[in-house]
Amino acid sequence: MPRAFTPKVVTANRLLEGDSVWLTADDRWSTTIADAELIEDEAVAQDRLIHAQSQPDLVVGAYLADAKAGENGPEPTHFREAFRTRGPSNYALGKQAEV
Amino acid sequence: MYKYNDFDEAFVRERVSQFRAQVERRIDGSLTEDEFKPLRLMNGLYLQLHAYMLRVAIPYGTLSSRQMRQLGMIADRWDEGYGHFTTRQNIQYNWPKLKDIPDILDALADVEMHAIQTSGNTIRNVTADHFAGAAQDEIRDPRPYAELLRQWSTDHPEFQFLPRKFKIAITGAEHDRAVIKAHDIGLQIVEKDGEIGFRVLAGGGLGRTPMIGKVVRDFVPEADLLPYCEAIVSVYNLLGRRDNKFKARIKITVHETGIEEIRRLVEERFAEIRPAFTGVDQQILGEIQSQFAPPAFEAADLAAYRQAYDADPVFRAWVDTNVTPHKRDDHGIVSISLKKPGATPGDATAHQMEVMAALAEAYGYDELRISHEQNVILPHVSRADLPEIHRALKEADLAAANIGLLSDIIACPGMDYCALATARSIPVAQDIATRFEELKLEHEIGPMKIKISGCINACGHHHVGHIGILGLDRAGVENYQITLGGDGTEDATIGTRTGPGFAYDEIVPAIERIMLKYLDIREAEDETFLQTYRRVGMEPFKAALYPEKAKQDAA
Repeated sequence: MPRAFTPKVVTANRLLEGDSVWLTADDRWSTTIADAELIEDEAVAQDRLIHAQSQPDLVVGAYLADAKAGENGPEPTHFREAFRTRGPSNYALGKQAEV
Repeated sequence: MYKYNDFDEAFVRERVSQFRAQVERRIDGSLTEDEFKPLRLMNGLYLQLHAYMLRVAIPYGTLSSRQMRQLGMIADRWDEGYGHFTTRQNIQYNWPKLKDIPDILDALADVEMHAIQTSGNTIRNVTADHFAGAAQDEIRDPRPYAELLRQWSTDHPEFQFLPRKFKIAITGAEHDRAVIKAHDIGLQIVEKDGEIGFRVLAGGGLGRTPMIGKVVRDFVPEADLLPYCEAIVSVYNLLGRRDNKFKARIKITVHETGIEEIRRLVEERFAEIRPAFTGVDQQILGEIQSQFAPPAFEAADLAAYRQAYDADPVFRAWVDTNVTPHKRDDHGIVSISLKKPGATPGDATAHQMEVMAALAEAYGYDELRISHEQNVILPHVSRADLPEIHRALKEADLAAANIGLLSDIIACPGMDYCALATARSIPVAQDIATRFEELKLEHEIGPMKIKISGCINACGHHHVGHIGILGLDRAGVENYQITLGGDGTEDATIGTRTGPGFAYDEIVPAIERIMLKYLDIREAEDETFLQTYRRVGMEPFKAALYPEKAKQDAA
């Protein structure tokens, strides 16, 4: 039996900076996951992923990552994706330093 | 040290200018990522979790002060002010921007460095004993051979698309500080009837399927080194499993084919290609060797050193722990610890790199080494200069006296940086070191090698740690498996798993229980953890690690 679809966001790394970004509903790449479009439908997810992959001049390695609805927008459900929203734990560098 | 000749200089510069054009074409859209990725990997550029990462080769871990200073300059100018020294004696920059990479590579070329073949299915940076040229127990300095292998393997047309990456390590001493038995090819310089040659091993490796290397031939004469290595890589190139990435390393080829058959094929291939090596390689080796002549050691008055040693307990502790006897009595080998408890193993700031460069320049005959244990070595230091070196290191926060002790932990970048990682390793290392600093037990515990990897690929060498820690993703949660009894020396042993893994917040207490059990059951103060483990086996440590299970079994 195929596994039930869980909500997703489209994420990638920016070509020039290399940092992680998320695809918004209005087709921007945001550095904050909370701005991302939370996709509840599998067909839409595939469609949005293909859209992301068609922007090689902006982003690299687009993929679908599990996410859930939070108070301020989508939140990561896996610790790897959570690290991507923050940065490393040994220094205050990356996204955590930008806020 | 080796100096680039005109060919090297032109080759490296040409690669930089090619890559500069490739980056430009990627940015302007002429190259897709699929086209660009193999090109950037050929030049050591990865895309990690939060940023690009540039891996720079430090051939056989040897640096001049000028090179170390440049590494610091690059960290300062194009990165976040630090660099990470790795278990392959390389340095990684964690935050470079794509458009800056060509400038960084040019800055590296200015000091005869590059990032070529630090990635991809090629022969990678040849690693060597970090005490090479200074160790008491050395037959020959292995670095000229490492340099010869570097020149032979760089851009070798036959070996640019191997089934998988290929790593060579070399030692000139009986005591193995270069983990040669865990390499695709391990080379040990040996002497037979007054002739120099190599014991050649193949098929070692860590990762998913750890294997100890097997001897292909006990004695390969000096002049046969390149054709013999070429024969091994050539046999592997044909036999290696290109159908399955997880079975593509030579360790699997040797395991599946059998060492006898591999030996036969290698000897056959060797006989075929040996005549093509007409002696040019030996001529080049001779030129290289002349550049690795030992420095002009200066004798010194050691009275002030002895006085400082007797008077200052902090200095004494540092000398006893971090200074290894040199082949000359009046000199020492200084290991500068990049493992201050709580710090990230292997990281040095731009300022610290500058300080270490200045020390090498003033007191170290201009030489530095990076060890696979992620520390920096001043291989030749007059003991008379040790007090001043110690003072300068203290000022730069580099004077941790913990070499070979519990807090001298190897840790891969793990999920704090690496896109392949399944769990974090750095904070585990930081927490273990900090905890034992609080307990003040590290000196009582004595020699201890803890090695942590954040995924099965084992960059942190966890299989050969006295205590190995492997971070995994278990149903979306970080989980850490422990192995005991591993050893990366000439007695190379793969550690044995203790049992079920531990959660992130349970791993430090688990290590503490192992250590307390060891202190409890060792027969004498000088029985090391590894000796105790070999004497008593796994059971007492298992009981300490899993008290609930032990209780159930007893009931």
